[in-house]
Amino acid sequence: MSNPKPDDYILQLENISKYFGAVIALSDITLRLRRGEVHCLLGDNGAGKSTLIKTLAGVFTPEKGQYLVNGKPVRFRSPREALDAGIATVYQDLALVPLMSVSRNFFMGREPVRKLLGVLPVMDHAQAARIAAQELAAMGIRVRDADQMVGQMSGGEKQCLAIARAIHFGAHVLILDEPTAALGVKQSVNVLKLIHRARERGISVIFITHNVNHAYPVADSFTLLNRGQSMGSFAKRDVSKAEVLDMMAGGAEMQKMMAELEGVTI
Amino acid sequence: MSALLSTPHPPPSTVAPVPASDERLRQVGRLRRLLARPEFGALSGTALVFLLFGLGAGGSGMFSAEGIVNWGTVAGFLGILAVGAALLMIAGEFDLSIGSMIGFAGMMLAIPCLYWGWPVWLAVLFAFATAMALGGLNGWLVVKTGLPSFIVTLAFYFILRGLSLAISVLLTGKTIVSSNGDAVLHELIAADPLVQALFQGHVLTGLFNALARLGLLAARDDGAALAIGVPKVMVWWAALTAGGAFVLARMRVGNWILAVGGDANAAKNVGIPVARVKVLLFVFMAFCATVFAVLQVADAGSAAADRGLQKEFEAIIAAVIGGCLLTGGFGSVIGAALGALIFGVVQIGIGYTSIDNNWYRVFLGGMLLAAVLFNNYIRRRVALGR
Repeated sequence: MSNPKPDDYILQLENISKYFGAVIALSDITLRLRRGEVHCLLGDNGAGKSTLIKTLAGVFTPEKGQYLVNGKPVRFRSPREALDAGIATVYQDLALVPLMSVSRNFFMGREPVRKLLGVLPVMDHAQAARIAAQELAAMGIRVRDADQMVGQMSGGEKQCLAIARAIHFGAHVLILDEPTAALGVKQSVNVLKLIHRARERGISVIFITHNVNHAYPVADSFTLLNRGQSMGSFAKRDVSKAEVLDMMAGGAEMQKMMAELEGVTI
Repeated sequence: MSALLSTPHPPPSTVAPVPASDERLRQVGRLRRLLARPEFGALSGTALVFLLFGLGAGGSGMFSAEGIVNWGTVAGFLGILAVGAALLMIAGEFDLSIGSMIGFAGMMLAIPCLYWGWPVWLAVLFAFATAMALGGLNGWLVVKTGLPSFIVTLAFYFILRGLSLAISVLLTGKTIVSSNGDAVLHELIAADPLVQALFQGHVLTGLFNALARLGLLAARDDGAALAIGVPKVMVWWAALTAGGAFVLARMRVGNWILAVGGDANAAKNVGIPVARVKVLLFVFMAFCATVFAVLQVADAGSAAADRGLQKEFEAIIAAVIGGCLLTGGFGSVIGAALGALIFGVVQIGIGYTSIDNNWYRVFLGGMLLAAVLFNNYIRRRVALGR
């Protein structure tokens, strides 16, 4: 694991704005992801997280500002182009099909092919099953049977499968859209461990969440969003968890609300 | 894989700590695996139907060579459609226009042959081209508009039936066409070596005759077998089923079909050309309908604008009995072939018994309902483990 170099950015959004008609979804946002770091994007509901992800993923093109990959300006016209540039997004719906097997899902759209009798191109199921099991094992998930249907897996396992798949297919930047939102405590920890492992493999991660308790342990830095605006980016050493939470929820107001509910921490 | 599965689960006390994901995974046995296969319902349905008719009509000649050819032909015709319907349903779509398309494609073969003086092979190509273009149009409209295929193809169900009738009346003055002056459709087809070889008559006639001479098959007075041979429709049925099953299970496109039907959005997000897959399957469905039409015209020696009535429903029923989910993403081509087989056996077999013919629809309706309930149950309990 190499420590992120101070100004080696793999991905940058510089002063990005995005409008939907009269709605200002994003206003003058700057987000810089260092190579090999985990950068947490924090914001409450309606903060513009989804719009920002879709801009990063190539679904939306911003009206103003610049998008740079490895320091070079890019303009993605489709998610496919972002994917080809090594930027993989794992959405909350995970792009998994429950009634298909683990290995069929893992290679969905990118099936390994071998020649049957030297001519007929067929899907290499044996190789698909082997690689899927291997890649999941490398991420600390044991799948006994790669022919098992994805619908039988738990939410955490599905999340891990989607992440492992993105990594296997050459993601340099992994954008995770609230990967822990629908998960229980233990499963959330598993996903956090997975994010840590991805970082160890040199992958840069943008981790979107509204849960500071999940964000703080794995993140190297944070960007806070509130109502379409950035409240700034911070390195972990410069802020405490309480400060992050304060900024995210609007500071003093949140303190007051929490004081009324004894013992509450979020 | 199976060796891995048959290994008994070690007692928990002796296992090293396993990841949390493993402890709730039950050992899946062979039976459970079989149950989880989409065609299991159709397989047990087929067994049931053969058992019933074996007991009820075993001595009636239903299972003689002629009897088998009889219900095999009915099953074969439907089975050809069921291959297309199953693949399309697995990809999450229906085509209600195929019945009308059968009548239409038959006309597109007969009219050029008889009235425009085209060679038969060219007319066959023309029928395939027009029908497949219409199938493509069906698919394109579904994909482009995002409307349910139910509505779009229902429109074509009426459009194509109306067109077949209107065009045949306009060009020939009739709705059933078999000859025009000296030109007789049956003779024209028999005289075209390629079309005759592909679509008309039987195969293995020599073998059947030889078996009859040996006394193994029932013979006519002249010593030839009573059953002429295996009708070519059954050969098409077998070939299309084998091809469809192979594509679905083994080829990349098969994985795409499953993904597109299972979750079109997920499929799109991983880069599968969802629209192309769907349109292609509509075109293939039209291909199957045209194969049906050409075989029927070659067999009957005539084309009629009202051919193929209700075939769209029968094909869907065969696919559903075969384990295809109406919502897509799950199903089997082999199962659909078994569904068609059940259809043929029941429809023809009931004539070999003392039961009134009209009961066959009741039986099929009941079978359909049972199949849907059974398949839903199996999918929930076994495939998804809920």
